[in-house]
Amino acid sequence: MCLAIPARVESIDPSNAMAQVSLDGVRKEISLALVDDVAVGDYVLIHVGYALNKISEEEAQQTLELFAEAGLLGAVN
Amino acid sequence: MNSRDKIDMTHGGGGRAMAQLIESLFLKHFDNELLRQGNDQAAFEVAAGRLVMSTDGHVISPLFFPGGDIGSLAVHGTINDVAMAGAWPLYLSAGFILEEGFPLADLERIVISMASASREAGVPVVTGDTKVVERGKGDGVFITTTGIGRVPEGVAISGDRARPGDQILLSGTLGDHGVAIMSSRENLQFETSIRSDSAALHTLVAAMVAASGEIHCLRDPTRGGLAATLNELARQSGVGMRLRETAIPIRPEVNAACELLGLDPLYVANEGKLVCICPPEAAEAVLHAMKAHPLGREAAIIGEVAADPYGLVQMETRFGGHRVVDWIAGEQLPRIC
Amino acid sequence: MKYIDEFRRRDLALKLAGAIAAEVEPSRRYNLMEFCGGHTHAIFRYGVQDLMPGNVRFVHGPGCPVCVLPIARIDNAIELVERQGVILCTYADMLRVPASGRRSLMKARAGGGDVRMVYSTQDALRIARDNPGRQVVFFAIGFETTTPPTAVAIQQAQAEGLTNFSVFCNHVLTPPAIRAILETPREPDRGALAIDGILGPSHVSTVIGSRPYEPFAEAFGIPIVIAGFEPLDVMQSVRLLIRQLNQGRHAVENEYTRAVTRDGNPKAQALVAEVLELRETFEWRGLGWLPNSALRIKDSFADFDTERRFELTPSPEQDVKGCECPAILRGAKRPTDCKLFGKACTPENPMGACMVSSEGSCAAYWTYGRFRGESAA
Repeated sequence: MCLAIPARVESIDPSNAMAQVSLDGVRKEISLALVDDVAVGDYVLIHVGYALNKISEEEAQQTLELFAEAGLLGAVN
Repeated sequence: MNSRDKIDMTHGGGGRAMAQLIESLFLKHFDNELLRQGNDQAAFEVAAGRLVMSTDGHVISPLFFPGGDIGSLAVHGTINDVAMAGAWPLYLSAGFILEEGFPLADLERIVISMASASREAGVPVVTGDTKVVERGKGDGVFITTTGIGRVPEGVAISGDRARPGDQILLSGTLGDHGVAIMSSRENLQFETSIRSDSAALHTLVAAMVAASGEIHCLRDPTRGGLAATLNELARQSGVGMRLRETAIPIRPEVNAACELLGLDPLYVANEGKLVCICPPEAAEAVLHAMKAHPLGREAAIIGEVAADPYGLVQMETRFGGHRVVDWIAGEQLPRIC
Repeated sequence: MKYIDEFRRRDLALKLAGAIAAEVEPSRRYNLMEFCGGHTHAIFRYGVQDLMPGNVRFVHGPGCPVCVLPIARIDNAIELVERQGVILCTYADMLRVPASGRRSLMKARAGGGDVRMVYSTQDALRIARDNPGRQVVFFAIGFETTTPPTAVAIQQAQAEGLTNFSVFCNHVLTPPAIRAILETPREPDRGALAIDGILGPSHVSTVIGSRPYEPFAEAFGIPIVIAGFEPLDVMQSVRLLIRQLNQGRHAVENEYTRAVTRDGNPKAQALVAEVLELRETFEWRGLGWLPNSALRIKDSFADFDTERRFELTPSPEQDVKGCECPAILRGAKRPTDCKLFGKACTPENPMGACMVSSEGSCAAYWTYGRFRGESAA
């Protein structure tokens, strides 16, 4: 499978569909050719130097909540 | 020196060009009493006792990277190899193999860096050699350094002395050097403020040895990272090791760079860190001495030695499971999968 | 690291472990295949198996494009370097994969070949621009995640009129591989493992969406959960699979909702469709010839197709005697079932695909999982 990492969009160069992203202080230039409507501050999934998708903050929160509930619900189906 | 000047075959020919190069570059910057004698060898007295000798070839690329260069790396690396025996380094030698066409300005930059590292560490370069090879037969410059040192009375540090129950100490953050190198490599370009941790560790070692005469093993986790070093020691001593991932110090930026490239920080090179294995009763004193030293501020106890017929280095993951920290075949490469 | 560290939290791991332990039916075995090498890696690196009840087992799938690439194609890449003198740009993963005669791209480089490791297809394009007098070939491998970046590069090359750039296309598709595995007859008496559920690929799915898996869940009656990349995602996905199995359901569920939707990434899909098309058939190492399972470059971009620009020698697939990769890739056997594992075949001396890549079942098992339970932990 494919190693893809979420990183924050720090700046965008629309002239060549490139962006600077950062991950905990490490910055890299990547291509936005595969995604639309990306804004500074968005988080995107980076694979081989390209953004594949935006990460949904809402969905991420909901997923984490599901994990946290696990201990509470126990065996209840 | 003319900035357009390059190394050519006459610089290695043994004639006037070579003598001029040696004088205007090597002798000028390394300058010390022994070198000034102008012989092909350095003669000196040493106090009676046990001597240690170590040698290293440096073939790295890129030659210049954030936090250092091949020159300072060579000096630190050999001083550290000597220091890992608990020895106090006395003298260094430096052999240069230069490629025809190598810019003299770069060579001077490297030599100045070496001289500075050597002076700061208090370990002079007392003898050396220069050769030139044809274009295409060398990667710019190869440097070989050899160091000798003296082991204080009563110190017996060796890779085969680790025993079950011993504590494993690490002097600081992992992966800084490897990440700094990678950020300078072509086709991997990423920006980071991470600099190589390249440093001479002999004063740190001296402080540790002064704190406790019970240290069993010392080693610096260079190529292959902490994983390679611990596996080597485990094999030499016939033991296993148990680490705790949460105890291992790693800078967030180094972690991030490793995530981006698909690398495991345990396998990334360090050039200014050491691993120490000592009995549990000595651990606290040694740790205290490490933390009091500028190069050991982030020192930590990261695990312990265990009896293990398979000699495995295992780690309790931050997640609560276990994994084996194996010896990998060859250098760790970035991955896409 | 945002969206990474939160999904590795130990306290949540323990909660999920408890929930899973409470939900499993004690008398039942759950054999769950994680299709992707990335999941195999996560399971071993974090020790996820340790947090599972004893009746939940992972079966490692073939989702490792390096592992399934036939030797013949690597031979071709080496041929391009050695006989055609091209600059071959490749992802690092391919460098050490053994081809025929124990050769590899790394050895070809040692022998003087111009093999360059790249992180991105953008790097390959840059190399082509910087070396106008040389032929530059990009060795394209990977599933649907890695395919759109190749399509972008080919389009860009055409737009720029690069005459010295071409792509050696080996992109493969996930659904046909899943079908091949599910169609493998299970022979429990010969040690084959039944597959009860599948942890679906994380990042392939961000591109293709969750929809393509629906026919399989239906036709084969097994639940598929699209699982995120992090260890907590894997655990939650296991929990969802167990729940479906207990309830006798077989649907496609998406655990990785923060990055995967039912439709996937239409822009990326359209880009790929513009540049690449299906091959009638393609040989997969270990899985054999699978119809409509791989892509080639369309006629409209023929100028950038390495296979049309250069004459490449086909070579017959070579079987290594005793190598169980075909069965292991299908999840029919485990690494420890192979006579060569750990003896003739190790990461230093890999005999087959499963040991070569660190994602391969055998390599992952060797590095992280051997001696489980045999050594004092």
